[in-house]
Amino acid sequence: MIEFSLDSRSGVSPYLQIVQQVRRALRLGLLEVGDQLPTVKDVVAKLAINPNTVLKAYRELEREGLVAARPGIGTFVTRTLTDSSLAAHEPLRRDLVRWLTKARLAGLDEESIEALMTSTFRAVHEDIA
Amino acid sequence: MIWLTWRQFRIQLLAVYALVGAVCVWLALTGPALAHLAARNKDVYDLLSSTDLLLFNGGIAVLAVAPAVIGIFWGAPLVARELESGTYRLAWNQSVTRWRWLAAKLGFSVLATAVAVGILTTTVTWWAQPLDGIQGSQRGSLASRMTPISFAMRGVVPVSYAVFAVLLGTLVGLVVRRSVPAMALTLAIYVLVQVAVPWWVRPHLIPPTTTTVFLSEDTLDGIASTGSGPFKITARGADPRDWVLTNQTVDAEGHPAALPSWFGDCLPPPPSDPGSGATTQVHQAPGTLDACLSRLSDEGYRQRLVYQSHRHFWRLQWAETGLYLAASGVLAGLSFWWVRRRLS
Amino acid sequence: MSTPRKPRVESAARSDQMLPRGPRKYVSAVVAAAGLGKRYRRRWALRDCTLEIPAGQVTGLVGPNGAGKTTLLTLIVGLLTPTVGTIEVCGGRPAGDATQLAKVGFVAQDTPTYAGLTVAEHLRLGRHLNPRWDDAQAQERIGRLGLDPSQKAGRLSGGQRAQLALTLGLAKRPELLVLDEPVASLDPLARREFLQLLMEAVAEQEIAVLLSSHVVSDLERVCDHVVVLVDSQVRVADDVDTLLATHHRLSGPRREADTLPADQHVVWASHTDRQSTYVVRTESPVLDPAWTTTPQGLEDVVLAYMEGTPSDPAGTPLAVVR
Repeated sequence: MIEFSLDSRSGVSPYLQIVQQVRRALRLGLLEVGDQLPTVKDVVAKLAINPNTVLKAYRELEREGLVAARPGIGTFVTRTLTDSSLAAHEPLRRDLVRWLTKARLAGLDEESIEALMTSTFRAVHEDIA
Repeated sequence: MIWLTWRQFRIQLLAVYALVGAVCVWLALTGPALAHLAARNKDVYDLLSSTDLLLFNGGIAVLAVAPAVIGIFWGAPLVARELESGTYRLAWNQSVTRWRWLAAKLGFSVLATAVAVGILTTTVTWWAQPLDGIQGSQRGSLASRMTPISFAMRGVVPVSYAVFAVLLGTLVGLVVRRSVPAMALTLAIYVLVQVAVPWWVRPHLIPPTTTTVFLSEDTLDGIASTGSGPFKITARGADPRDWVLTNQTVDAEGHPAALPSWFGDCLPPPPSDPGSGATTQVHQAPGTLDACLSRLSDEGYRQRLVYQSHRHFWRLQWAETGLYLAASGVLAGLSFWWVRRRLS
Repeated sequence: MSTPRKPRVESAARSDQMLPRGPRKYVSAVVAAAGLGKRYRRRWALRDCTLEIPAGQVTGLVGPNGAGKTTLLTLIVGLLTPTVGTIEVCGGRPAGDATQLAKVGFVAQDTPTYAGLTVAEHLRLGRHLNPRWDDAQAQERIGRLGLDPSQKAGRLSGGQRAQLALTLGLAKRPELLVLDEPVASLDPLARREFLQLLMEAVAEQEIAVLLSSHVVSDLERVCDHVVVLVDSQVRVADDVDTLLATHHRLSGPRREADTLPADQHVVWASHTDRQSTYVVRTESPVLDPAWTTTPQGLEDVVLAYMEGTPSDPAGTPLAVVR
């Protein structure tokens, strides 16, 4: 059974953090198809957050087709996101390596590269969202 | 609600009833012997031991103090403590209205008070009954139960005083909202009332009897004088157990009058210590005084006595009880009004 | 402010006339207040309070000390009567009768308990005085919390007393549970445990919760809905999601507030000689490229409302406790 944690400093809303943690667990293989997610009551009793937050997160995951709720029993995983899916994006990965090399050659250090990536990611993310 | 009231009240209840019990046991042990003594001896006063006298006066004291003490210690904190400590925010959020809450508390404490004081007063009245108003052959007597000091501690009235005190304490506690100041204020008001009622109200609760007596050696009680000023005569009533309210010399027309100036010659010169106080009681050798008193009667002077007969003891008791219970009802009503309207 | 009149609070039988004017925002509201105000002698502790608290959700009431939070909560619970205005709670007048009292639970400030009564006796008190009391739930919670039933409440720690008071409030199965700064004087662990218990109860039973706090940081994880109260007045009352979606922090070159588009309402402003920063509320997106927008968490939005009051631009200090 997966255990959730909340980082109140991250600036990411609680429900999103839960969604991300489930996705990450799926990706890393910590959760497999058929595993049960913790009940809303258990999550809430541990994290002291609003139950609606958890419900919202689980509904979002359900919308993405990753989990399914069985009324009266619980919420169960229906699909994983293992690394194999990432393998399909090999060309993207290669582009990224090329860009990183270019950034290095341009004289950016690690922190600057990360800052550039994060701010661009956020900006683009906002435009899309 | 009953359970909660009892639970909050437990210790106070047990403490008071234990004391009441102890007093009653002691009185019960000494009572029958005393009654026996009184039945067989006319001058029983002189036979009383100092313990008995102590008990008699002690009984008065206990009954004087008990209603006030109970009222203050049970009544004042009844609501004030909850207001003070903030627990009313817990109590008034339970599914009972404030009125039901107050009714349970008041009902319980009034009942407990009435019973406790009832037991006490019954026992003391029973115990003191052979002794009330007896006169000793020397100069000594025990207060008749009609006199103010004793009346308030016999019969039924102490119960009504106690109920009054509890309700007074509760109302004061409601208004003041702090236990200790409420206790002080309750005591002050209670004492005031207890002084005012015998002084102004009790004499008129049932119509007193008026009678006039001719002055003679038998009826003369005493002559008082203020130094070289006018004399005042007091007369005895028909029964020493009556409560005399007014003892006045009146002239032939029935108006209050001072004694004629020649009366001063009837009396022996005052004792030669001028600083002994304003009034002196004077007794004269028989003969001279008798002649003076006859002369007074001939000139139409009589003594008017306004008194409450000792036979009206119980009527007076119930009248006063009714008065206090009516006042208690008003206090209770005010408490209910206050808790609903004013504490918001 | 109009001259306040002093109406008598109508009985529940005429409660239709007590409803606030205008369309209701929420289909079912546990609390509906209109023009509510309370005055003590000269000072108005609460003024012009018009709001609705939705059913089945957790609402946070936040504001600096002395803003009127306790006054509002005690009005809701029926321990005070209003000076002006009307208030309807769970469809009736607050503390109107026993049925009404059963619908609202209250955990007052400093979580009052009877120091001389044991934990078990407190449960007994609840059992005797509340028709809908769920004793099994109460006993189970007490057991799980590790409270000794035979211990007197006066000897419990602050956190334990708070949990006892919370258990009492929950076990009467109210429709609305009101809590006045329940965690203000608790250490962080006790605070966390209290909120865990509360949230678990919210997950289990159909209940609306209204809790006040001057600690803003607990709110985002716990509340669905937030009411900000400053200087005895309601500054904003809205769902958390809406607040987050509609408030933006804009920084850019110096410009005055009246040059902003009409649909952007300024909540807070700060200027240096070169730069202006605004927190605005707007339904439409911010398109002006001159602005740099920063994402706002709930805490930031609430702080902006608290600091941006017209009467006191400097703002009152607040606790931001992480």
